[in-house]
Amino acid sequence: MTDQAIAARLFALIEPFNRKGLALSADTHFANDLELDSLTVMDLVANIEDEWDINMPLNMLPDLETVGQVADAVAKLKG
Amino acid sequence: MHDLLSKFDGFIAEHSGLLATGVRDPFGVVMERVLSPTRAIINGRDTMLVGTYNYMGMTFDPDVIAAGKQALEDYGAGSTGSRVLNGTFTPHLGVENALKEFYGTTSAIVFSTGYQANLGMVSTLAGKGDYIILDADSHASIYDGCKLSNAEVVRFRHNNVADLDKRLGRLPADAGKLVVLEGVYSMLGDIAPLQELVAVAKRHGAMVLVDEAHAMGFFGQHGRGVYEELGLEADVDFVVGTFSKSVGTVGGFAVSNHPKFEILRLLCNPYRFTASLPPAVAATAEASVRKLMVADEKRANLWAVSRALHGGLKAAGFQMATETPESAIIAVLLPDQISTVAMWHQLLEHGIYCNMSRPPATPAGIFLLRCSLSAAHTLDDVTEIVSRFVAARASLG
Repeated sequence: MTDQAIAARLFALIEPFNRKGLALSADTHFANDLELDSLTVMDLVANIEDEWDINMPLNMLPDLETVGQVADAVAKLKG
Repeated sequence: MHDLLSKFDGFIAEHSGLLATGVRDPFGVVMERVLSPTRAIINGRDTMLVGTYNYMGMTFDPDVIAAGKQALEDYGAGSTGSRVLNGTFTPHLGVENALKEFYGTTSAIVFSTGYQANLGMVSTLAGKGDYIILDADSHASIYDGCKLSNAEVVRFRHNNVADLDKRLGRLPADAGKLVVLEGVYSMLGDIAPLQELVAVAKRHGAMVLVDEAHAMGFFGQHGRGVYEELGLEADVDFVVGTFSKSVGTVGGFAVSNHPKFEILRLLCNPYRFTASLPPAVAATAEASVRKLMVADEKRANLWAVSRALHGGLKAAGFQMATETPESAIIAVLLPDQISTVAMWHQLLEHGIYCNMSRPPATPAGIFLLRCSLSAAHTLDDVTEIVSRFVAARASLG
């Protein structure tokens, strides 16, 4: 899967959590822009894991602050 | 200088905003005097305690108090150090022996709190290259144990068997895996489908740890917990528990039949690098654990009053967190923080102390008034509690 395809599917998964209706981009920041709290992030992570049939270990999450960083992590975990 | 506490400004504003509405601080209740397991003086008022974890009502048991007094005389006020470095006191062995009898296990290790028991067990069992698979609604002590370990940490959706199966299936078959579960989840008071969860864990070659903190004394034939009630004693590798709930004092423990279990004492930082329990606390815990082995009447009464409270509140129109009373935690759902705190405050003004719980202690978006009863409550107490809930609601208009 291309990085672009991953990004497109990732945007679709994030959309239900995008309460302010921001235009999503690779630079969109989960805490600062989307204002997701830690519990909401966990729901989103579970959805991402199931979308790509991967596990995203919790210890990885502190380094994933933007949508682009998550897309890169998905690509890497997907191998 | 950058003020490190400035990152908490949002919380400070939220908390002051809450108090500015004229309510008492739900996070700052003071018990001025404790009259019994079911009553205390709060704000000068005789208050019914409906929010302690004193499930079996052991805090004022005369045998428990006597054991503590004796040990205080015999061993002094404190342990003044770690058991590994500064020595074990006879009461530490006494309570560990009582736990082995209570759980029918070959080993028992006592920690200084339940939090430290989970912190120590989870972080020491799972090391670098291992995997911890935990329920999303796990207690903070389990999450913190994960942080302290060097393992990879994977979460599954709360009580969801298929979700656990899927996540275990994505892991390397030969990797070390620890699945961490709780018998009773302490916020909503719901119990875990342990038979199915444990079966899935075993099928994937994982070891299983179950925290039975909120079940000890009144689930299963011997009061060991939900895992005993569901017939899983042969399949659960480690059980974690606490003295601060049904046992009525403070401390934590883990029990196991694993032949190598005892070595954890020498490797586990939350055990070896902290002071052990004061001998008097260990002695009260031993006396209490031994009495809980034969506390059939207390257990029956705890279930009777818990069921009556759930039924009474439900009949009065309150929205309950669980359809049926699954445990001794009876939680009422409210829509948001403001209405929850307002009702909590009115209850306290009506002489009822229960717990106000909010995220992140609760799952996202859930606000609760959490009630937990004690075996020392009577059915008449329950009638009174329900009528005060109704009166408190009415006073809010």
